Formats: sequence, C-alpha cells, structure tokens
Amino acid sequence: MSAVFIPAPLRSYTGGRSRVTAGGATVAAVLAELDRQYAGIRFRMIDEQDAIRPHIKIFVNQEQARRLDAPVAAGDEVIILTALSGG
Amino acid sequence: MATSRGTGARTRPVLLVGTRKGAFVLTGDPARRRWQLSAPHFLGHIVNHAVLDPRDRRTLLVAARAGHLGPTVFGSTDRGKRWREARRPPAFPKAREGEPGLVVQHVFWLAPGHAREPGVWYAGTSPPGLFRSADGGETWDGVLGFNANPLRAPWVGDPQAAPPDGATLHSINIDPRDPQHLYIGVSCGGVFETTDGGARWRPLNQGCAADFLPQPNPEYGHDVHCLRIAPAAPDVLYQQNHCGIYRIARPADRWTRIGENMPRSVGDIGFPLAVHPREPQTAWVFPMDGGTVWPRVSPGGKPAVYGTRNGGRTWRRLAQGLPPRDAWLTVKRQALSADARDPVGLYFGTTSGEVWASVDEGERWRRIAEHLPHIYSVEAADL
Repeated sequence: MSAVFIPAPLRSYTGGRSRVTAGGATVAAVLAELDRQYAGIRFRMIDEQDAIRPHIKIFVNQEQARRLDAPVAAGDEVIILTALSGG
Repeated sequence: MATSRGTGARTRPVLLVGTRKGAFVLTGDPARRRWQLSAPHFLGHIVNHAVLDPRDRRTLLVAARAGHLGPTVFGSTDRGKRWREARRPPAFPKAREGEPGLVVQHVFWLAPGHAREPGVWYAGTSPPGLFRSADGGETWDGVLGFNANPLRAPWVGDPQAAPPDGATLHSINIDPRDPQHLYIGVSCGGVFETTDGGARWRPLNQGCAADFLPQPNPEYGHDVHCLRIAPAAPDVLYQQNHCGIYRIARPADRWTRIGENMPRSVGDIGFPLAVHPREPQTAWVFPMDGGTVWPRVSPGGKPAVYGTRNGGRTWRRLAQGLPPRDAWLTVKRQALSADARDPVGLYFGTTSGEVWASVDEGERWRRIAEHLPHIYSVEAADL
C-alpha cells in the first residue's frame, strides 16, 4: 500500500482529501486502484493512449515517473502534481 | 407583447454561458428585461459548451476541462443543482502497440439528439471526432462511421494546418424529421452528411470557397465556422465559413454564397450564425474583420449583427444600442444564439466577457452581463 498525494485540482474526486492510499506494484496499478476508489480520477490525469497528460507530473518518492510501468514498492509515496502556466 | 411559443407560460428564459473559466447561467424574467447572473459552475474549468436538453428542460450537459486535467462531460438532471461526471467521457480507442493514437483534447460541442430519441446526445471533439451517448451523457461511444472511417484522416486534414485552438468537430445538426439524418461541420474539413445514423458520411461542400487550399474546387478541406439547420424548414441550412456566408436548400448539393450581398466594407467573414426558429429565410451573423492577418474583431471597431429576412438576398445592419465605435469585439462560433420566443431574442457573448441581448430580433441591443471571463458559448433555452 502506498500513500498518494492528491493535488488540489483533483480533490473534488477524493472528498477534499490530499492524502489517500492505494495499492499496486506500478504507477499504472496504483492509478487503477485510485480510479476504483474515486471513479473518473484517472482519465483526468492519463489520456486514452495511456500517456500522462502534459500538465500532470507523477513522482514516486523523489523520482519523476514518466511512464505508467514505473515500479512502486510498498511504503513508497506517490506524489501527483499539476503544473499549469498562463492566465 | 412577447410570448413564449411552445414553451409554456411559466417557463423562464435562461442563457447558458460557457467561458474559459467556468459556466454561468443568466436567468431572465418573462419579459427578458431583467437578468440575474448565477455564481460560476466549475470555476476554473474551460467550458466550451453548456447545453440544456429541450426534451425535458431539466438535463444540462457541460463540456469541460481544466488546464491541467483531461476533458470530460458533466451532467445534471436537476437544472444544475447537482452535477455528476460522465462515467465514460468521449475518448478515442487505444491504439495498437507502437501505433500513434488520437487523444481528445477538448469536448467542443454538445447536441441533444432527436426528439424521438430521449437520452441521446452527440458530442464533437478536438481533434475531430463524433461521439454519441444513449444514456443522457453518462457514457459515450465513438461514431465509428466517422471516427474510424478510412477517409477521416484526409477529410480532417493535416493537424499542422488546423485552426489555432486545434481542429474541431462542431455544428452537429439533426434533421428534426429524421433522427438518422445529421449534418456536421469540421474545421478544417467542411460539412459532412449522413442519412443512416452515422454509418456512412459524405462531404457536402460544393460551391464553398477554400481559398487557403491549392485546388480550385476541393471536395473537402473547407473551414466551416458554424453550420445551422433551419428548424422550420430543415432542407435549408446556413453556414458561416472561413470564406464567406452560404446557404443551401436541399436536395441541392451546391451552396450559394449569400455573403456576397453583404456590404463590401463589412465583408462576410465571422464565426457564429443563428437561424430564426420559425422563419427559415431569417438568419443573423456577427461579421468580423477577415482582412490582412485576420484580426477577427468587429470591422473598424464598430460592432453590428447583420440580419437577412430573405435567405441572404439582402442584409440589414442591426447595431442600435451596441457601441458605435472603438469596440473591438470578437464573438466565437458558439456564442450567438436565438431563443424560441416571439419576437425572437438574440444573444451574443464576447471574448471580453460581455453578454448582449436583443428581445426584438436584433433591432435594439442591451448589455446584460459584463466582466465575465472569455466567452466561448451562449445557448438560449427555457427552464
């Protein structure tokens, strides 16, 4: 099980919670579990071709995961960030 | 005296306004004199379109995305009190390993289905895709006759040549006599028609100019900005195109450039177009400057709606109440709307966040909202 940090733009899915937990051995599995708990959250971050959307950054601990098959170990922290520029 | 034809005496006029930072609802009194602005819905979301289902006057769908989050559709069945996100928003199929796949960037256009098909909705996306929901917007499936058509790629053209906000499928028009008969507009791509519910499509662009293409009379590739079917005579369609204003009366296959009859100093370039709900010869446009580098603002800084009552043979300037000068307004393709009342109310929203209204078919205009975010769409409806 991993702790997952949810950024403010996605907290409408988690009832306002910034930290939730989800299990999985890869980022893909963690996000699939998140989507089971909070329906619809995955598609806002991951497109239909399984690419991480341009303004979403996912980190496992301190390291950026650029692909969904990046490994996640029990106890790791998964941090989801949103980065937007412009007015 | 204004009446509410076909809508019942107790309905209230509403305007659904989609903006770059959320959706707003303007609710009018029955005379359409006083308008009340709602708090924002989905504040911070890019709302390309917000549409009320005229079949039940309760269901609202909103096409939304945030700058960092993917595109989705929100729905309400209680006139916007509570919202629920689509369980399966419009999305292209996953490509096979190693092949490029399409990704929906925006849900751009929403259209309620035919009156005999309750719960059916259509959505147009960027990049151009057509999607259909049979459950009131809860789940969406691609219309494969278009999206998976081997000709789709040539029809919708090179993404590098797409308009600045991306190529879009928009202007989904359903023949009120036949739910299987649809027209759509694609920028760039042109007008396409199906008569079998979307299984097969054919371009319908003869007579339209495409002066940005090398071929003199291409079959497709045109830049339709807004296509509208005439509700009272559905064989008649109008379009505001990148290259002028056109009209067609089916079964003819050839468009006539009725914009040639506009004043030369104004031209016939613009984005939105509205058609009278009961008079198929009456339509309105909002001309913008298509000269030099395409400023896309009111020509000369003097905004006006132009209306025709004879199918485009003549046009009349309708500017009373609008700023007489120094007003460089831009109105996007979904941001001019006609209501169904008598006389017809006309409404437009500007990219500078103003909503203007006329309750006498364009004769006199009044600003009914200002300081809104950049407006993408205005839809008149009755609640």
